[in-house]
Amino acid sequence: MKKIISIILAAALAASMTAGLSGCGGSYDGEVNVYNWGEYISNGEDGLMDIIEEFENQTNIKVNYTTYETNEELYNMLKNSNVSYDVIIPSEYMISKLIEEDMLLELDFDNIPNYEYIMDRFKKLDCDPEGKYTVCYSWGVTAMVYDTTKVSEKPTSWEALWDEDLSGQILMFNNSRDAMAISMQLCGINPSSCTTEDVDTAAEKLSEQKPLLKKYVMDQAFTEMETGQAAIAPYYAGDIITMMENNEDLDYAMPEDGANLFYDAMCIPTCSKNKENAEKFINFMQEPEVAAANFEYLNYATPNQKAYDNYIDEDAKNNELIYPSDEYLDKCYVFTNVSDEVYSYMQEQFVKIQAD
Amino acid sequence: MKSKKPSIPYIIWMVIFTMIPIVMIGYTAFTDENGSFTTEYFSNALYYGDVFAKSLWIAFLSTAICLLVAYPLAYLISNMKESTQNAVIMLLMIPMWMNFLLRIYAWVTLLQDNGPIDTALSLLGIHGTYIGNTGAVVLGMVYEYLPFMVLPIYTVMCKIDRSLIEAAQDLGSSGFSVIKKVVLPLSMPGVISGITMVFVPSASTFLVSQYLGGTDDIMIGDIIDKIFWTDQNTGSAISLILMVLIFVFLIIMNLFGDEEAIA
Repeated sequence: MKKIISIILAAALAASMTAGLSGCGGSYDGEVNVYNWGEYISNGEDGLMDIIEEFENQTNIKVNYTTYETNEELYNMLKNSNVSYDVIIPSEYMISKLIEEDMLLELDFDNIPNYEYIMDRFKKLDCDPEGKYTVCYSWGVTAMVYDTTKVSEKPTSWEALWDEDLSGQILMFNNSRDAMAISMQLCGINPSSCTTEDVDTAAEKLSEQKPLLKKYVMDQAFTEMETGQAAIAPYYAGDIITMMENNEDLDYAMPEDGANLFYDAMCIPTCSKNKENAEKFINFMQEPEVAAANFEYLNYATPNQKAYDNYIDEDAKNNELIYPSDEYLDKCYVFTNVSDEVYSYMQEQFVKIQAD
Repeated sequence: MKSKKPSIPYIIWMVIFTMIPIVMIGYTAFTDENGSFTTEYFSNALYYGDVFAKSLWIAFLSTAICLLVAYPLAYLISNMKESTQNAVIMLLMIPMWMNFLLRIYAWVTLLQDNGPIDTALSLLGIHGTYIGNTGAVVLGMVYEYLPFMVLPIYTVMCKIDRSLIEAAQDLGSSGFSVIKKVVLPLSMPGVISGITMVFVPSASTFLVSQYLGGTDDIMIGDIIDKIFWTDQNTGSAISLILMVLIFVFLIIMNLFGDEEAIA
């Protein structure tokens, strides 16, 4: 018995030593701290590119990669902890908040030559109108996913989520921003410039919808739709594609009046200590091959024109859900620049709807 | 004189993880962003009165059903052979080793449309929806907290002196009156702690109703969870009210317990 233990211990010791050696062996020329959404970068699964490893091999810069689940979590980390991040990838509304609070550094675009590949539409984002702080990472629209066995006609408007014939089988976003945006759009309000009165109008419309709903959901939408528990749900385009791959009865519907255009963009926060490496990383992410590999992994559209032209297969390009036409995108709105005051009012009203 | 030293780590723990957080919640609930005193957040919190009522109602139902199921079960187990007792208690505990959320997911799968229960009942000609209502939430709670009711009652019942029961029987008590006059009063401390251990967590729980309930079954724990993202003051006020309600409940339970002990 003693012998076995000592053999195991010796093996463990040897293993840890080799691990230590290999750690020291590849001495890096610096590091970059990347803070990204969970499951939001191609990691070598399904034969796709392992982007981080590729970056480390090419530049010899060590990537310290950590993830967050919500924009608010990212914000709290930046605000309240002493951790230093070099690249962060927040959503549009969080970017406008970070810019407003002087928490982002201006980018040196001489170090990001691949910026030229970015589609014009995604160069000067609504949250960064001068295009000084951001390089768009990925984008998409909201749409509806519905079960063809339960909904006979393809819906053409968000109004389908208020359809009394589908009572008890409708799902709705369980976050105030997305739910309110849909309601505002139906009430003819532009969500990106909404006031507290607009929130009241939208909230009233949402309370009319509540009795018809099966549930307010976020991630649960996947199981609900994939197992045929609900008839229709609004969700994010890339995820609708995933649902449709898992249940062939599902189809998508895009509201004719447009939907919410959302995007995440790479930024460098003021706490960065490796700005140059961060710019190298951002540049690398916009190498057309890298952007294309990332798109394949995420199902969310890439803003990189060259990747789109040269590397993305025709099926995806022709899929209007992933790459809506320019006319459609012109009708979409971006939910940004909502003041803290309106945002917390919106959140409060949404909780009240659920409590009533 | 006994040394107080061994209690020092516990006191430090209590201060850091119980006292300070409660003081912080209290402070946040009573002050606005400028740090001045206000009761505004309590008037905000009162908006959720119906949700408070519903949560307490759901907690009450769950506790009552747990008690009805657990009491006879605990009695039966305490009368088994010791080896069987251990095995049964073990079986009762095993589900608790699994993650709480996983068990709720399992219930979602069981109860959903075209799930096993729906399919089986449809074969018998019974059609219905078994998820998305208050009943499903109560079922989830009972499943979740049943062991917390059984264990304290069982422990107390095991300690009841057999000779007392035999004495009652010798004096001509029927089976039922033995339970009513001897077992029930003596097992009361177990019942009280069982009720406390089920009622308190089920009144403040969250997520269960989000998975098993419908849009009308939102509980106060869910409201706190949602509201905390943007409005920690109102969130704290709601938490504080809930704490007071539970505290009042515990006081009532204790009074009840003492009376029983006297009787």
